[in-house]
This record gives sequence, structure tokens and C-alpha cells, in this order.
Amino acid sequence: MKVTLKVWRQKNRNSSGSFKTYESPELNGNMSFLEMLDVVNEQLATRGEEPIAFDHDCREGICGTCSLVIDGKPHGPHKGIATCQTYMRSFKDGDEIVVEPFRAKAFPLIKDLVCDRKSFDRIQHAGGFITVRTGAAPDANSIPVPKPDADLAMDAAQCIGCGACVAACKNASAMLFVAAKISHLGLMPQGQPERYKRAKAMVDQMDEEGFGACTVTGSCEAVCPKEISLDFIARMNRDYGVALLRGDPKTIKGGGAG
Amino acid sequence: MNIVDRIWNSSLGKKYLMALTGGALFVFLIGHLVGNLQVFGPPELINGYAHFLKSKPLLLWGARLGLLACVALHIASAVTLAQLNAAARPQPYATPGAYGASKASQYMLPTGIVIASFIVYHLAHFTALLPGVNGVGDFSKLTTTLHGETVPDVYAMMVLGLQVKWVCAFYLVAQALLFMHLSHGLAAMFQSLGFRDHVWWPRIECFAKAASIALLIGYSIIPVAICLKLVGSDYVERKKYDLKAANPQPAPAFVAAQGKEAK
Ligand code: HEM
Ligand code: SF4
Ligand code: FES
Repeated sequence: MKVTLKVWRQKNRNSSGSFKTYESPELNGNMSFLEMLDVVNEQLATRGEEPIAFDHDCREGICGTCSLVIDGKPHGPHKGIATCQTYMRSFKDGDEIVVEPFRAKAFPLIKDLVCDRKSFDRIQHAGGFITVRTGAAPDANSIPVPKPDADLAMDAAQCIGCGACVAACKNASAMLFVAAKISHLGLMPQGQPERYKRAKAMVDQMDEEGFGACTVTGSCEAVCPKEISLDFIARMNRDYGVALLRGDPKTIKGGGAG
Repeated sequence: MNIVDRIWNSSLGKKYLMALTGGALFVFLIGHLVGNLQVFGPPELINGYAHFLKSKPLLLWGARLGLLACVALHIASAVTLAQLNAAARPQPYATPGAYGASKASQYMLPTGIVIASFIVYHLAHFTALLPGVNGVGDFSKLTTTLHGETVPDVYAMMVLGLQVKWVCAFYLVAQALLFMHLSHGLAAMFQSLGFRDHVWWPRIECFAKAASIALLIGYSIIPVAICLKLVGSDYVERKKYDLKAANPQPAPAFVAAQGKEAK
């Protein structure tokens, strides 16, 4: 099979970009979308043209590095999978496929289809962790976790931080990602001590990064390769609401070992 | 930061405001509908109700100011959130985006803006009684006697006002867009306030659809029935004469017309 690609090409952040059209060489339907791009790039390289820059790493749907908006949908036509798990057999011979980068103010473009998603890292640094004592690892079963909580936390922990939720949202909102991270830790007993502080810190960082707000359109859930549920956004809204009412914790002078 | 700043300076804080004020407006819409549906009864019913409201100025003005505050807060957060959202995607996609999003959820601001302009018109029409906007005349001249007191004839005002075809059409357009706004908004409200899980969400969506359809039907049958002259058209024939006359007098023409009809 062969396809026609309409790909966003942009030299760097400061130059202006445009779509370029490429005819693919003969493809195998069992190639992944990224392998197809590899093949197209090989062809470009032999012609002495600049290959198309795109993000990828694990190529098995677990790292969250691949991106791409394919014909208007982040991660391509299927539900619950990433671009790297999208295969050319999902397209027809002769199809024209439009490939764009993830677009958001908080995901500035680096080159072609590659954007900078470090804003997600900064949100994680703001509170997406639990504070533990150093020393030997505690026994795995010393803290009982109710099964329903463990299951729900596991569902939230599935988030691979790819940013497709932001890319799909008409408001470029990161609520689904942030909600998944807040819920994942907030559901576990180990996450309780910092639960509200975490919600506040992560949401505030999200706002600071310039993501939009939620209008409950559900695009994020529809494109999420891990099918993270909008229910988690409600959970985040609950926790953040509590944090908002409580206000910043008062600092105690001269307390602790200090 | 104090709590007001904390709420106003956060995207989620504004979402809570949207949801709370939207919810309050929704509750008002139910009450307002129940009040308005009394137009299907005899004229004394709705006139008595209107008179009752007017006789409790504290309650009336309390409710009016509360509602105004809700509308103002709702619009202020809607507009600032919309600016935030627009700024969050400086460069649009070339392909149609918003995958899997309902039309209602994508057009909350446009539907809201039409609703806002309707609210302004509606207040000018039936609350401030500006004669210039209704296409009929000076509604403040419409009076009737209720238990020996001279009171505003709200019944005649509604019937005369909504018999005007373009007014009726605007009311219906506003209702259709309000339906769209609420079919999404009422469900989103629960999500914004954190009331949602996999069991309750289908029920919430069902409630949002049912409530918005009920309001659409309830609010639409009033202008439709009046415009089709199914309600009060005989009653207002006489009132049209009152509107033109400087001092309302019994209209001989009206009596004659009635006599003709009786034959
Ligand atoms: C009777 C009048 C109104 C009612 C009952 C109402 C109700 C609601 C409700 C329940 C929501 C959902 C809140 C949420 O997402 O949590 C909402 C959202 C919204 N409303 Fe209204 N509304 C009304 C009038 C207006 C007006 C006049 C505007 C004008 C600008 C407006 C603009 C919006 C916008 C933009 C949203 C979506 C906000 C977002 O999610 O980003 N609404 N409304
Ligand atoms: S919530 Fe889904 S779409 Fe968003 S970053 Fe996580 S895995 Fe990707
Ligand atoms: S490359 Fe790792 S998820 Fe696609």
C-alpha cells in the first residue's frame, strides 16, 4: 500500500511552519505508523532532504513519548492505544493522512512534530510524589490497601503522561493528566498525608504553565491511550476544593527538630 | 492569599463558581417556569401571583439582586475562562479537532452569549416595560382590578407581548439555545463540583437531558400557545384599545365585536 502524507514541517520554535506533502514508498500494512515515518524518512535522507522529526521511544505504548495528531485525532484512529501501536492496516491504500504536532501553549514546538512537554514534568515536581523516609524499603504488605482503592489507583496510574489529553482538548487543558496523577497517589494510604497539599500544588502549577480549563467536553478521555476516566477529574475537583477552603497551611515557628 | 483571591485566581476555582452560579440560575428557572405556566389559567391567577410578588419588595429585590449577582459572576468567569482557554492554544489545528466532544459542550460560550442578550431583552420587555422594544405599546398602561385593587395586568401584557411574531421567535430561539446550554451544563456542573463516579455519571447525564428538555417544553409552550392565539386572545382584544387610549375606558367597539361573535 501507499499513502500520501501531509506533514507539519517547522525548522525550529521561532520559524514559521507549513504543511508539506510526501508520497510514501510501498508500505507493509503491518508496519506501525512510526515505522512508516521511518521509511519515509529514509527516502527523504537518500534524497538529501531533512528527515521529519518526531518523538518516539518504547514503541510499545508504555512510555508516553510518541505523540502526533493524525487526521485530527491524537494517537490516530483507534481507541485506547498510542501512535506507536497504530498500524498502517488501519488506513486504506491511497489515503491522504494529515499529521500535526500536539498544539498547546504549554507544549512549545521544538521542531516539525516534536514538542516540549516538560510542563508535565514541572507539574509532577510540584506534588506528584509521596514523601518517604529513607532506609530499607518497607515490607510490601505492611500497609493494607482496600482492594477497590488499589484497583482505582491502578487505573489512574496507567497514565503514561503523553499529553494527548491536552492535544485533543479544545481548551488545551491538562486536567485529565493532572487528575490521574493526583488520584493515583490520593487513593493510596501512603498518599494521604500530602493529599490536599498535593492537589493544590499540582493544579496551581498546571495553571501557571498556561494550560486551559475544563469544559467537560470529554475529548481527553476519548483519545487517551490508557482510557483514563473523567471520573478522576471529579476526584481532583473534590480534593482541590477542600484544599482551597482550607487555605495554605500555617507554618509553625520553632517546631520539629528545627 | 485570602479565599476570594484563591478562588478567582485558579482555573478550578472559577469552574466551581460557574457551576454554583449556573446551578442557582437553574433553580430559579424552575421557579420562574412554575410562575409563568399560570398564564394557562384564568387571568386572575397570574395577576394575583404577580401582585403577591410585588407586595413583598424585600423578598423580590433580594431575589433580583441575588440573581443579578449570579449572572454577573457566571458571565465574568465564563469570559475569563474562555480567554484562558483561547490563550492555551495559540496555534489552531488544520484538521477539525475536539474529537468526541458534543456540539453543546463546544458551544457553551456562544449559547451563553445569546442567552445573556435574551436576558437583557426579557428584562427590558417585561420587567422595565420599555415601550420601544415590544412592538406593541406602553405595557405600563395595562391594569386590571383584583379584589377591588388596581394592579398591573400581567396576563394581558404576556399575551399582547408574545403575540408579536418576531418576539415569539426570539423567545423560542433563546429557549432552544438554553436547552443546548443546559443539556451539557447541568451534567458538567456535577463534574465541576466533584460529584461524579462511574455509577452516578449515566444518571447525571440522564438528569441533565430530562431537566433541559422539561424546561425547553415548559418555556416554549407559553409563547407558542399565545402566538397561535390559543391563550387569552379574546381577553386582550379589549386591552389593545386600552393601550391606545390615554385613559383606559371600556371600549364600545369591543362590546360590539363580542355581540357579533355571539350570533
Ligand atoms: C439562565 C441562565 C444560565 C444558566 C441556568 C446556566 C447554567 C450553566 C451551567 C449549569 C453550566 C455548567 C457549569 C460547569 O461547567 O461546571 C454553565 C456553563 C457555562 N455557561 Fe452558563 N448558564 C446560564 C447563562 C449563561 C450566560 C448568560 C452565559 C454568558 C456568557 C453563560 C456562559 C457559560 C459558559 C461559557 C459555560 C461553560 C464554562 C466552561 O466550562 O468553561 N451561561 N452554565
Ligand atoms: S491522561 Fe491519558 S492522554 Fe493524558 S497524559 Fe495521561 S495517558 Fe496521556
Ligand atoms: S513510543 Fe512509547 S508510548 Fe509510544
